[in-house]
Amino acid sequence: SKTQPHRRGEYNVYSTFQSHEPEFDYLKSLEIEEKINKIKWLPQQNAAYFLLSTNDKTVKLWKISERDKRPEGYNLKDEDGRFRDPSTITTLRVPVLQPMDLMVEATARRVFSNAHTYHINSISVNSDLQTFISTDDLRVNLWNLEITDRSFNIVDIKPANMEELTEVITSAEFHPQQCHTFAYTSSKGCIRLCDMRQAALCDKHCKYFEEPEDPSTRSFFSEIISSISDVKFSHNGRYLMTRDYLTVKVWDLQMENKPLETYQVHDYLRGKLCSLYENDCIFDKFECVWNGSDSVIMTGSYNNFFRMFDRNTKRDVTLEASRENSKPRAILKPRKVCVGGKRRKDEISVDSLDFSKKILHTTWHPHENIIAVAATNNLYIFQDKVN
Amino acid sequence: MFPKGTKRKFSDSGEDPVCSGVQGPSASSAAARTLSSSYSLQRQSLLDMSLIKLQLCHMLVEPNLCRSVLIANTVRQIQEEMTQDGTWQIMTQALAAAQCPADRLVATEVLCRQTDAAAQAGQSPKPFSVSDLEEGYHSEEVVMDGDVETEVTMSSLSPVSPQLSSASYLAGPFGVAPCWEEEEEEGDCEEDEEEDSEECVSEGEEGEQDHLRADSRTGEQVFGTFEIKHPAPPPDPALEELFSDVDPSYYDLDTVLTGMQSTPKMGPYDLLESLSSHGPTALSSTSSCRSDLNELDHIMEIIVGS
Repeated sequence: SKTQPHRRGEYNVYSTFQSHEPEFDYLKSLEIEEKINKIKWLPQQNAAYFLLSTNDKTVKLWKISERDKRPEGYNLKDEDGRFRDPSTITTLRVPVLQPMDLMVEATARRVFSNAHTYHINSISVNSDLQTFISTDDLRVNLWNLEITDRSFNIVDIKPANMEELTEVITSAEFHPQQCHTFAYTSSKGCIRLCDMRQAALCDKHCKYFEEPEDPSTRSFFSEIISSISDVKFSHNGRYLMTRDYLTVKVWDLQMENKPLETYQVHDYLRGKLCSLYENDCIFDKFECVWNGSDSVIMTGSYNNFFRMFDRNTKRDVTLEASRENSKPRAILKPRKVCVGGKRRKDEISVDSLDFSKKILHTTWHPHENIIAVAATNNLYIFQDKVN
Repeated sequence: MFPKGTKRKFSDSGEDPVCSGVQGPSASSAAARTLSSSYSLQRQSLLDMSLIKLQLCHMLVEPNLCRSVLIANTVRQIQEEMTQDGTWQIMTQALAAAQCPADRLVATEVLCRQTDAAAQAGQSPKPFSVSDLEEGYHSEEVVMDGDVETEVTMSSLSPVSPQLSSASYLAGPFGVAPCWEEEEEEGDCEEDEEEDSEECVSEGEEGEQDHLRADSRTGEQVFGTFEIKHPAPPPDPALEELFSDVDPSYYDLDTVLTGMQSTPKMGPYDLLESLSSHGPTALSSTSSCRSDLNELDHIMEIIVGS
């Protein structure tokens, strides 16, 4: 909605709550971190908001509700909450709702635990709004949102002999409209589309998307950089997008042998793969996101840069999320990384990039042109210029 | 970046090979003759780096499976390529030659572990070095699964005292023991060989000759010496066959992750102890690994270079 505060470009924290606590698994002598890996909103069905949040092992369903009124004028209780002696009550009154300061309450409604041996890397809510999947390195489990003591394993790529393990699942997502279809991606850069109606265990994919490797760019790092870190269906359900280390690819669900479009996020890193392997940056998992109309895609990079690609005009832009470069309501200036010898004045050279400043998480409002970008400890919210 | 014509495995054109300071020409001096030495060094350092990463990441109580798998696959690729171009055998010979002061050399167990050995050791399987705890070995076993009869266990020698000082793994030559199966990737490897410059091809042949010239017994000696469990060393020509039969004995992650680590907190520190003579230190021991590698390189240089 286009209310004034919405357009001012300043945001306050709405609510903060602790989703997970660190746990100690006594059987395995392992500490399970409370760090949240993924959050997914459920579509709103009533006044409250619901979201799923997950750490490495446990998914939780949270209800977030607002309270801005409270009842006053009880007969049997004082305003302090102390009980009144009934014998002192001489009149009766009807309690009325009085406004109060907005209070946001978060309550854990469900806890889905003990279903994952390995680390959960994604969760996805089904379009039926009754089920969701949680995915770890080797398995995908299907849950009913109401039932916490049972989940169904629908994909299991664990080999009989763990010594033969060469591929893991990296992410999974439900199709936005077809409640029986989901996709999962692997560390080898392939995407499998599965139909849950075919069998209880979706071992056989019904579609398999993989781009053949380009032999001219082959290196020891080829496999690592082909590992897919995120998958997102387009809103219209016709495409899916994958992010690997250097590129974002858009796939047509009808064409399995190669992507429809490939966008270079930071190809200048191709010559630095060895260093990026050494400092582990090559294992960074970036997310990607569609805009509401599926015409623009966005993903993060290093040095607090993030990139947007317009699929129609084929134009792309690099922007930076940092305090120094953006004052409220200032327009973001496009950035450029220089790869050749000559560096122009406002360009930055590859060697000056700060690899500790990585934008792994970005998201786009489903209807508006408002984006949220997470830069280490800061959240940036940007919106379209208001004319 | 690079001109299109050159096909390099490492695309760091302007950069020093990573860890090159750590891994000197030492053990790979023979191998260096077979390929362009810079490529060979880079490849070697990548192998070393990968092994360090694998070891370190298994010191965490719960390793990141995706990362481990990707690094392991990288190691396997390197090992396969090295086996293809004959560097592997040369490395093992160099190791054999340097075998005499054997208490200094430790084979790296990266991903190979034999569950029997673990059982024998009476220890719960650890992600990395089972033999760590095995009878005071501070070595990391490289075990090749497969045919039981031809089992070869490479580890530090039995007479080794528990206090294996600077028992850092000999990351270079032994890197990952050839316990990976040589699978369909032959095609790729061939392609890689074609892609190497002509210079490399001819040198490869030369390298092979070196290999053949070398006493086949050396290979036996290597494995014979290392073999603790089985008295009969396998014949050299059969070595490659042996390797190809072997399952890539990936450590049993599932076991680890599902709680068979009974002493997880102590485990990593024990392993660290084996890596450096400094005793238990903080988990981030990259620098101590490197200093140990330096020390080992120095020793290797003395032994092999002279």
